[in-house]
Amino acid sequence: MSDAAQTIAVEVIGIEQITPLIKHFKLAPVGGGSLPVFSGGSHIIVVMQGTARLHKNPYSLLGSPLQLDSYEIGVRRMEESRGGSHFMHDSVKVGSRLEIAHPVNLFGLDKIARKHVLIAGGIGITPFLAQLEDLHGGGIPYQMHYSVRSSEHAAFLERLQRREGERLHMYYDSEGQLIPFETLLATQPLGTHVYVCGPAGMINHVIATAKACGWPDSHVHWEQFSAPPVGDAFEVFLARSKISVHVPPDQSLLESIEAAGVEVPYLCRGGVCGFCHTKVLELDGELVHNDHFLSDADKAKGKSIMPCVSRAHGKRLVLDL
Amino acid sequence: MSAVFKPHETFRDDFTYANSPQAIRRFPLPFPEDNYMYSVNIEPHMPGPAGSVTEFAFDVDEHYVAECRERAIVLAAEPLRYQALPHMMSSQWDCMELIMDSLARDYPEHFSLAKQGNRWHWINRPLEIDQHFTFGDAASLPREPLDYITRQAQGDFVVMDQREGDLWTEAGMVTTQADWSLDFDMGMTFKEWHGPVPLAHELQVFDRALKFLLNLRLGAPVRRLNWTMTINPRLDTSPENYPFWGPDRASVTAQNAGDRVHLRVELQGLWRLPRSNAVVFGIRCYLISLRELATVPKWARRVHRVLRHLHPALIDYKGLTRYREAAVAWLAPFDDGSPTTPGTASE
Repeated sequence: MSDAAQTIAVEVIGIEQITPLIKHFKLAPVGGGSLPVFSGGSHIIVVMQGTARLHKNPYSLLGSPLQLDSYEIGVRRMEESRGGSHFMHDSVKVGSRLEIAHPVNLFGLDKIARKHVLIAGGIGITPFLAQLEDLHGGGIPYQMHYSVRSSEHAAFLERLQRREGERLHMYYDSEGQLIPFETLLATQPLGTHVYVCGPAGMINHVIATAKACGWPDSHVHWEQFSAPPVGDAFEVFLARSKISVHVPPDQSLLESIEAAGVEVPYLCRGGVCGFCHTKVLELDGELVHNDHFLSDADKAKGKSIMPCVSRAHGKRLVLDL
Repeated sequence: MSAVFKPHETFRDDFTYANSPQAIRRFPLPFPEDNYMYSVNIEPHMPGPAGSVTEFAFDVDEHYVAECRERAIVLAAEPLRYQALPHMMSSQWDCMELIMDSLARDYPEHFSLAKQGNRWHWINRPLEIDQHFTFGDAASLPREPLDYITRQAQGDFVVMDQREGDLWTEAGMVTTQADWSLDFDMGMTFKEWHGPVPLAHELQVFDRALKFLLNLRLGAPVRRLNWTMTINPRLDTSPENYPFWGPDRASVTAQNAGDRVHLRVELQGLWRLPRSNAVVFGIRCYLISLRELATVPKWARRVHRVLRHLHPALIDYKGLTRYREAAVAWLAPFDDGSPTTPGTASE
């Protein structure tokens, strides 16, 4: 989306601290009515007017796609937050108003899969909660593997246990329990799809293990929204707009460009979808690629950048914007 | 403006189809300039001016009843014009909801939809249909949901599942097509489906179009126009029935081209579907004879020039080879060489 696209005004109608780090929010449309139907795995962009600036963060929808009087999201308080998750945790109260974009699904279930294996680490459980609603009673076998630090960090455990029973497999770091990735991925029937959402290390391990077990790439799905990392300040020149923009350390390239009044099309703001793909026209220095979209070869070429999460440092960067 | 239906016009045999002066004035001419080449001419499917074909999500015009009857004739003879793979059921319900919601909202004099939870009541007055059913329960409808609703809609519909970074043609209702076959294309990827189109692959039109469509957003449908030409106002120009319509091309002369040769314009709309995350591609066909077209002087000049200078590969692909010169000759007296204003307005 871009800022010109329509957003939906919502009111926070419920907040619950469900683990020491995660708060659960319920968002209902201002003035009542229904929110758009969505599919499991979808996320929304939540637009927050912070004191210093506008935050736009992606959060997975975790409620039932059939319950449309409100949306549910889970927000983990990030240690190195640039403001979005702290704003949600500290400043948003019941009754607060926020803007959200229409749901987008970049992590959908494969509809011709013969079996689904879902793997979550920590807050990575959120997209699966809505997917499980779709899978429940659908006739296709599935398993949910959920790894958490300890029982107090097991968000939504009761909901999962109640509904999934023995399809739910829990793993507690505190008790030395690890998901047996090698065994799990080596023993699945043909036609199984695996989905993973969690810390980068877990995602990379699942991808590598699946590859070593001979899984086709098309059957391995993952989603990881990167928060734009903090970096060095730098300057960027926008060739078509003919303006120079300063990017401070704690603001993303995309946010800085938007603050300068230039629109860049985007969907996920987390380095996943590729929608904000921008051509690099000149570069004296190096690009700091933090996205999951460009291939390593494309990253090495230095001809394009995902401004939602990636940065630069050096003397000069000129973008085709 | 509500159109007056012409329920008895035909798209075969005696070909009584014709456009009223109102229908001519709202015809979606696809040529904003005096020449034509492919472009990724996609724009948001936002409501257009009142009375135009883009005023609403789905245009219902004076041909509605006759087109639905024509569709039923085709399906009775060839049931495979409608197909849906088993995993497309959620997208079928999505399509049904999209079409019913739109028609009931935009044409309340013709259609109404009442929802009480999953219990829905649909009324289609022009086709005299009154149906109670349970949304999500296919057994409560006389046909599969996509089959059911697209028999009550003008234009073809193809539903594409999104997976593996591609769009797969896996459900559809196709009876008003310009020489392509759903039965042949079922299961194809986006680029396989568009394989026969010349030049566009080299221009990377499909790379860009696919990338765009994979990111198509809920609540932000898009549209584009495409075109070809058809001899006689025949909606069903399918490859399966080529023996019935192919020979018509040899019947065109510079004398009869005004009545025989029709410009065939497709208003193509694309929507992201909410439950299935699939994409539905609507292909609505509009037909206008050269004689009807020539009642608008600017359009006569414009179409004459477009046809005269059309790229040879497009002439062949669109199947115009045999009769293009006759059509150009018929239009020539309407073109005095004076300039045309930019855009498609009839001025």
